[in-house]
Amino acid sequence: MEWANAIVQGIVTGGFYALFACGLSLMFGVMGIINLAHGDLAIIAAYVAIALIPSTHLPMVWAFVVVVPIFAVGGYVVQRTLLQASLDRSPFTTLLVAFGMSVIIENVLLEVFSANGQSITIGTLITKSFSLNSTITISYFSVIVLAVAIMVLGGIQLFLSRTATGRLVRAVADDREAAQLVGANYRHVFGIAAAIAFATVALAGLSYGMLTEFVPTSGVTTLLFAFESVVIGGIGNVWGTLVGGVVLGVAQQIGAQINPAYQILAGNLVFLAVLAVRPRGLFGMRTA
Amino acid sequence: MSEKAVSAALLEVRGLTVYHGQLRALDNIDLAVATGETYAIIGANGAGKSTLLRTIVGLHEPKSGHVVLDGRDITREAPDRRLAAGVALVPEGRRLFPSLTVEENLLVGMHKARPGTFDMKRVSELFPWIPDRRKQRASQLSGGEQQAVAICRALLANPRVLLLDELSLGLAPIVVRRIYEVLPALVAEGLTILLVEQDVAQARQIASQVHCLLEGRTSLTGRPDEVTAEQIEEAYFGVGALPVSASAADPGG
Repeated sequence: MEWANAIVQGIVTGGFYALFACGLSLMFGVMGIINLAHGDLAIIAAYVAIALIPSTHLPMVWAFVVVVPIFAVGGYVVQRTLLQASLDRSPFTTLLVAFGMSVIIENVLLEVFSANGQSITIGTLITKSFSLNSTITISYFSVIVLAVAIMVLGGIQLFLSRTATGRLVRAVADDREAAQLVGANYRHVFGIAAAIAFATVALAGLSYGMLTEFVPTSGVTTLLFAFESVVIGGIGNVWGTLVGGVVLGVAQQIGAQINPAYQILAGNLVFLAVLAVRPRGLFGMRTA
Repeated sequence: MSEKAVSAALLEVRGLTVYHGQLRALDNIDLAVATGETYAIIGANGAGKSTLLRTIVGLHEPKSGHVVLDGRDITREAPDRRLAAGVALVPEGRRLFPSLTVEENLLVGMHKARPGTFDMKRVSELFPWIPDRRKQRASQLSGGEQQAVAICRALLANPRVLLLDELSLGLAPIVVRRIYEVLPALVAEGLTILLVEQDVAQARQIASQVHCLLEGRTSLTGRPDEVTAEQIEEAYFGVGALPVSASAADPGG
């Protein structure tokens, strides 16, 4: 039964990883940007909530109402300025710029908020849980995060497959130059994709800040898990990202069940195994 | 076809010079395509034909010279703005969006459409098999089918000038013939066509004006019935024009 519990907890954790990873997958799939600052952006979202929400008199749980729109607009602006300027130079420049963003963000956060751990307190919701049986107890909040992840991924999937703008995003991802020839302003389309990616990373960061304590450098470890989820699931595959997150989460929990010290190791081993057997990921069908 | 009433030039290229790095791909090219005309650019591999079309739609920036559409200088405009102004290119190699379905490719082609006669119904008349295959991914189509969809995708924007880059590339002759068969219908609807073709016979047959490029320079222009096969051959390869002397320097490079 302890194993069943590990699997259930892994699935729930996987939802969080998927929420974290989908923006990363979108930025890479559409713009070819490996956003090394992705984890740090999430941590910014958590700090923005701490700094901003008390003055709005909103309950902390509703922080996303304020933070997510700010991040969406910020994502569009950053993409149209800094990231586009680096993309116009070379992919390598873009990688370096993202790395630079990561370093700058961490240090500014350290300067402003200090290295003390903080968390977004949402009252009793975080401690409430329900029991499936005597050994399996699930926290309500992590189920909410899993549900949010599924809704976000489903929303992205619907947007990409059903809307005209989503179709344009896929066209630009397929062939940027041909998309220009049919009248797409690909820079604007990139901006839209970045806005979505930033909005999702804000949600992930807020969830992270509510689930656990964070410090300015917390983005780095979470970025690693996000990367592993994306690669396990297959780059550019929306539902693959969810499966990737769940596979990673379950692997980590099973590892922790064997020995608490093996939690991260087990996740990394599964990640390496997938890379070795299916380099394109479990659902990476696209040949690009 | 060449006797069609011809008004002032719809698309004009003036003194266009384009570099690929150090290489001068186009050198001081002038051309004027009149409304309703079918204008063919011919020339060997590397003559600069595709570069010319790509510069007209804004994918290359010229070193000097101008691209003028109906009296308006569009040289500095972005490709998406030029499409909205009425210049559409069917690029070399089709360049459909492989992960999109046939229908989605066509819908993307319509997203900045100008008002005009081409809609889904009209392009389905040109290629009647399209409605049945609309749910298929573009990457699953044969080369000829992809070419047809690429043409439709460009037509759905309702361009004033349709640029066609090497329609016949990599296609069987019978497929090429079928695709060329639809062009007169497009011209009859008032569309102006600027096409690039390596197949000189094909170009002469369909065009009201031919323009031969040789290593980035204009080597011949004229109506197909005015120029002889020999003249075209010389303009195409550039050898016959030279004195028959092994030591003569080739002015074309």
